[in-house]
Amino acid sequence: MNINATLLAQLIMFALFVWFCMKFVWTPIVAALDERKKQIADGLADAERAKQDLELASRRSAEILREAKEKAGEIIGNSEKRASEIVEESKTQAKVEGERIIAGAKAEIDQEVFRAKEQLRTQVSAIALAGAGKILGREIDAKAHNDLLDKLVAEI
Amino acid sequence: MGFWALNLDTFIMSLLLGVIFMFVFRRVATTMVAGTPNSLQNFCEWAIEFVDSSVRGSFTSKNNMVAPLALTIFFWVFMMNLMDLIPIDWVPLLMSALGVPFFKVVPSTDPNATFGMAIGVFLLVLYYSVKMKGFGGFMGELTLQPFGKWGMPVNFLLEGVNLIAKPISLALRLFGNMYAGEMIFILIALMGGAWAGFSLGGVTLFGSQILLSLGWAIFHILIVTLQAFIFMTLTVVYLDMAHQEHH
Repeated sequence: MNINATLLAQLIMFALFVWFCMKFVWTPIVAALDERKKQIADGLADAERAKQDLELASRRSAEILREAKEKAGEIIGNSEKRASEIVEESKTQAKVEGERIIAGAKAEIDQEVFRAKEQLRTQVSAIALAGAGKILGREIDAKAHNDLLDKLVAEI
Repeated sequence: MGFWALNLDTFIMSLLLGVIFMFVFRRVATTMVAGTPNSLQNFCEWAIEFVDSSVRGSFTSKNNMVAPLALTIFFWVFMMNLMDLIPIDWVPLLMSALGVPFFKVVPSTDPNATFGMAIGVFLLVLYYSVKMKGFGGFMGELTLQPFGKWGMPVNFLLEGVNLIAKPISLALRLFGNMYAGEMIFILIALMGGAWAGFSLGGVTLFGSQILLSLGWAIFHILIVTLQAFIFMTLTVVYLDMAHQEHH
């Protein structure tokens, strides 16, 4: 152990090293470390926010989907109602038409029947006249007995 | 040699080691990126966070100088101590081949180096004691406790010893550990030095040197780190005490 001027030299060297370390080593490195810490914290916060956004968006999309489903159901219901209405309408129309056709046909039939009766009557009267003529042995003047014949026809 | 002699071996080695340390850390500091670090930057960051957390653990006041001081102390002392693990006679042999008859590789086995640092720490303790508590407060701390103002001389004696013991214990602890470690390396190395041809004793000594120096070197890794850590921690604690009011 001999203490000499080395001690002073070491003391000064020590002071210089500490000064250098404080000024040029510690400060920049710690600053960079702090910056990284901040970056990481920001990244985590961003991730958290993104997660929340995602949740919000998915909730919104579910809601939109639900609304769309409701609307679609409504539309389908309306159209079904409309379709049944149309069917109903056409049914009634068809009934009316059918009845009209039936009525027409009945009228025609009546007319036909009437005409056939008329014809039959004329023919019967002709036959009767002919029969009567043969029985009487002479011709009956159709003109002379026209009103008698008409009366007969009306009676048949 | 009188007081003004300079131990060039201590001076050169500690300067070299300090410069290496500063160079590496400075290079990292200039190429520092906040993004993904490379492995050297990773190491330096680990070192800084280690020192920073242990300073935070034991230093309660706010002072921007303490953490860099602790970092410097830890790595400088660590590297000076680490020179102990270089096989004991390599550097001296090399230096004597270069014409230097005596060269001590481990600066921390020179009390000048350890006392230089310890006195530096002591000056800081005095400076911050006065700065934080005022000269009167510091003097009061030295003289008014533990026995009140009527026991002033006794108080001053006790507190003075307490104060002076800090740098002395700091310096002597490091010096003693390193010096003793070095001494044991030398003793172990002497076993093989007694080699005198293939005899039972010679071979036994040679084998024991290999085993013992291996064992002691492994154990010494622990001491090297521990002493650097203790020096750093005690410095931080002393500075913390200097910053705090005592009651």
